[in-house]
Amino acid sequence: MKFTEDHEWLSADGDIITVGITEHAATQLGDVVYVELPEVETQVSKGDEIVVIESVKAASDIMSPLDGEIVETNDALADKPSLVNEDALGAAWFFKIKVEDPDAINEYMSEDEYKDLVGD
Amino acid sequence: MANDDLKTLALADLHAELGAKFVPFAGYSMPVQYPLGVMGEHQWTRENAGLFDVSHMGQVMLPADAVAGLESLVPVDVAGLAEGRQRYGFFTNDAGGVLDDLMIARVPDGLFLVVNAGCKEADIAHLRAHIDGVEVIEDRALLALQGPKAEAALSEVLPGAAAMAFMDSTRMDWDGTEVWISRSGYTGEDGFEISIPEDRAEAFARALLADDRVEAIGLGARDSLRLEAGLPLYGQDLSPTISPVEAGQAWAIGKVRRPGGERAGGFPGADVILPQLGGNAPRRRVGLLPEGRAPMRAGVQIFDSEDAETPIGEITSGGFGPSLGSPMALALIDADTPKDISLFGEVRGKRLPVTQTKLPFTPPGYKR
Repeated sequence: MKFTEDHEWLSADGDIITVGITEHAATQLGDVVYVELPEVETQVSKGDEIVVIESVKAASDIMSPLDGEIVETNDALADKPSLVNEDALGAAWFFKIKVEDPDAINEYMSEDEYKDLVGD
Repeated sequence: MANDDLKTLALADLHAELGAKFVPFAGYSMPVQYPLGVMGEHQWTRENAGLFDVSHMGQVMLPADAVAGLESLVPVDVAGLAEGRQRYGFFTNDAGGVLDDLMIARVPDGLFLVVNAGCKEADIAHLRAHIDGVEVIEDRALLALQGPKAEAALSEVLPGAAAMAFMDSTRMDWDGTEVWISRSGYTGEDGFEISIPEDRAEAFARALLADDRVEAIGLGARDSLRLEAGLPLYGQDLSPTISPVEAGQAWAIGKVRRPGGERAGGFPGADVILPQLGGNAPRRRVGLLPEGRAPMRAGVQIFDSEDAETPIGEITSGGFGPSLGSPMALALIDADTPKDISLFGEVRGKRLPVTQTKLPFTPPGYKR
């Protein structure tokens, strides 16, 4: 698993990368009440804002960490956005992206590097 | 945590001990939430009793002879306020807008006011320009205990509290300390606000928190609670450019201050506000229920159709209602908008349907 400075986690299975946010980010956001996900088959570029997470107090964006195509989104979040608070690293994944260059993931941080960043 | 430029509350150490997260708010480092989280704190207050530290708000004492002076600033029937009673009101400006909203209590030796933190300096200057003997109370904390179990919990430490009716305001002795207490609050629940000397506030708060029915609650839940209760927030739902009639607060304008009343008018902006009472305000406040789950927040523009070019209004406060289980918003819209039509809020470029609804969003728990 890799981590971005924007508190996303990336998990690779071949050329399919699953993306979610970290427990640290979920804690900072507070109770999540709504998640707006991208459409499947959307072509995205690294840095595109593709998910909106609404917590009780505020809305925040998450960006695509890589270039590729959205191949699946997590419909469970529509009915139960609180999954983000309950299981950020597992059941609350946001989208799967099919990338042309799976090695691009390696530019991101390891778990230890991420833990240093957030001071856990 | 605490930034050097921010004022800290007398109870800051207690909040930190309870695990509070702090945010800057109106110049203070304020507890925004505790480990229970905003949603949990909100629900706790609706079902049990929540203890809020609202010491950032301004407490002001006016002399007994300030009644006429205060009536020259607010459209409230201050003269008709009996000793031991409190009323809600607002300072108005010449344009008919609102400078701040406040609570006014008639106490044995004068008038006790509670004003918003962000406005208190301006309010005090405004009061001093019109009234002699304005005394700012700077050595008392202000706590609010809110929720259906507030009466039972408070009665354990202040047995006299249970006998108070909604909007009563009185003084009581707690362990040798004089507390100023009113049966009021800003959550839509039954509850009390208690002004207590700062050096006794922590002991008092700990006495309340020792009760299993009481949890400390932060600013985050205070906002969702007041919004579900349909209560306006100064700076959003009330402002210098929104008249109290537009904001749905005409009920607070006393009969004697209205046209035909004994002391009609005589407050800033009366020539704008009073004619609006007959239903002539250009805008009206409305409760909105977005149909999906996406919250619509302050600033979202409201349209009367999916393709209308010009908005008919704007959301002034919006968010998710934990007790309601759905998003909710207060909006200011053109007064001639039919009440039975669906409207649309534009969120991130998309027009999403919203239903107009009666306020409050959740039933009030006041004990009248």
